[in-house]
Amino acid sequence: MMKPVFMTYTKKDLINLAVCMVLSVLVIPTFITTEYWYTSILIPWLCLALATIGQQIVMGYTGQLALGAAGFMAAGAFAMFNLILRVPDLGFVGSLIVSGLIAAAFGILFGLPSLKVRGIYLMVATLASQFFIIWMIDKFGWFKNYDSSGIITAQDIVILGKPFTTPLAMYFVCLAVTTVLTLLAMNMARGSTGRNWMAVRDMDIAAESMGVSLLRTKVQAFAISAFYCGVAGALFAFCYLKSLEPVAFDIKLSFKILFMCILGGLGTINGAFIGAAFILLFPVLLNAIGNNVFHGAIDATIISSIEQVIFGGLMIIFMIYEPLGMAKLWENIKQKWKTKIPSSTNLKSFGKKT
Amino acid sequence: MVEELLFFMEVLVGGLLAGTMYSLVALGFVLIFKASATFNFSQGAMVFFSVLAFCGFMQDFNIPFVLAFILAALLMVVVGLCTERFVLRPLMNASEDTVLMATIGLGYVLEGLAQAAWGVEVRRLDLGIGDFPVPWIADNLKLFISALDITAGLVAAIMIIGLFLLFKYTKIGLGLRAVADDAGAASSIGIPLKHIMLLVWSAAGVVALVAGCMWGARAGVQFALVDLALKALPVLIIGGFSSIPGAIIGGLIIGAVEKVLEVYIGPFFGGAIEGWAPYVLAIFFLLYRPEGLFGEKIIRRV
Repeated sequence: MMKPVFMTYTKKDLINLAVCMVLSVLVIPTFITTEYWYTSILIPWLCLALATIGQQIVMGYTGQLALGAAGFMAAGAFAMFNLILRVPDLGFVGSLIVSGLIAAAFGILFGLPSLKVRGIYLMVATLASQFFIIWMIDKFGWFKNYDSSGIITAQDIVILGKPFTTPLAMYFVCLAVTTVLTLLAMNMARGSTGRNWMAVRDMDIAAESMGVSLLRTKVQAFAISAFYCGVAGALFAFCYLKSLEPVAFDIKLSFKILFMCILGGLGTINGAFIGAAFILLFPVLLNAIGNNVFHGAIDATIISSIEQVIFGGLMIIFMIYEPLGMAKLWENIKQKWKTKIPSSTNLKSFGKKT
Repeated sequence: MVEELLFFMEVLVGGLLAGTMYSLVALGFVLIFKASATFNFSQGAMVFFSVLAFCGFMQDFNIPFVLAFILAALLMVVVGLCTERFVLRPLMNASEDTVLMATIGLGYVLEGLAQAAWGVEVRRLDLGIGDFPVPWIADNLKLFISALDITAGLVAAIMIIGLFLLFKYTKIGLGLRAVADDAGAASSIGIPLKHIMLLVWSAAGVVALVAGCMWGARAGVQFALVDLALKALPVLIIGGFSSIPGAIIGGLIIGAVEKVLEVYIGPFFGGAIEGWAPYVLAIFFLLYRPEGLFGEKIIRRV
């Protein structure tokens, strides 16, 4: 058994990280003061981007067509609720990790068919997880603490005795979790773990003959993916929805995450963020156009239908012209820019180990 | 004892007949897969789109029943034409996973278009066939079986026989089978691939329309039809993706099993297990017989 190799970060990575950190920790809190941006855009963006990273791991990196992200998110969210309720000693961070692990257990269980089948066959098998998990939570009152109303209010977030209840504080909670998990995901994707995933994606038989264990790699990918989705689901429920109901995690959310993953760019981590931002912001933009340009003359249901048509259309267009999504598009633009203006730093780094 | 047996028969027959509705959705799927090895994820959306168009023509424009049906069928031909031209042809050489994702996109487009054109509210569809037990059967056999279920079963049977004859005995059917076998070889001996694709997608569209009418008459024409149509996927896994009889048998199995489980085991778990039971059944099939009951063995080249 190979020991997992962790990659060191290059200078470019550190600069990127520093820029992102400055932007998210210093610039955004100073310039954005309206609550709307935190509660309706930034927090769901971070949560869904995290879930999309989970989808990326299993679909983009390991090449397994899975369609049950929302089911694992529900598992994570309700695990979190029950852990805080029943095991208060665990604390918020501890509960978050354990609920991720519980989701991962479901991921392993429903990832097992991937050893036998692929493509749309696997998609149907993962749909089972989606429907089964939601049904289980819905039908067994214990998970909802025998609440009859169907919608449970999420507990307040308390970390080390301090409450995190304002939108800004919740944003920081999401940001911290997302940052740590994103760095971890990048490292896994670049290290030996990710190499194994990609080997399985590109040609599973060749990977197996080179000593990559299919069982281990696929199950690992499903477990880690479900862990990410579980944590994302817990954050989604506790920071964004502030309530728990199984309906919030239906198949539509799974499709949404699938779209984020594919439009953002399969097999990239930054694609998850781009895709999530696009899917979240585009309806906001459309509504703004509907309200300001047409002054509400267009019905809201029509706008949401148009949004659906555009998402579907974009999916087709991307599949035809750029199956690797917006992240690749961005990469292409950068590449063109670079070849137009050959900078000195570019030449210097040539031949250097990066 | 006799009453229990009768009740079981009633549940079983009801399930089998309801299963033919899944078969009708699965049938469109099989048609396309047979001819182009494409998993058409948008079949459910096509069901929704076609029947909503049918209702729209009838209720918004007061077009008579038959004419509206023909118009909706023509609309599905147009959809097939556009799909062939703008989705399938550019993706001719793409991997099957890519095409599958494009059809997911196509499904979104169709759902969105249908709702933008004909609204989101639930529409009633009256086919003139009631969804209540047939008195004659209830009196003589003591079984309560809905007239709509029987109609769906009959319609499915007619379509199967029709498609079977089409595939087996006509020149078009021969061309379809040739394309399914090897598209490249078929086009090199002069079979027009474009026309075959158009034909298949139109046929799938009309099948979707018929399936939509049956579903719509039962549950109302609404967005939930798309989710119901997802159940065609386990049907296909059980029956095999490339087999028309498989779609039927698969539908019958799913229909019967989910009803029987729901009635006899469901109450212990608070019911509604028919939401996931078909998928779990499909998983068991995948583990033991991944190609389905009637499918061709999946061979992957390295």
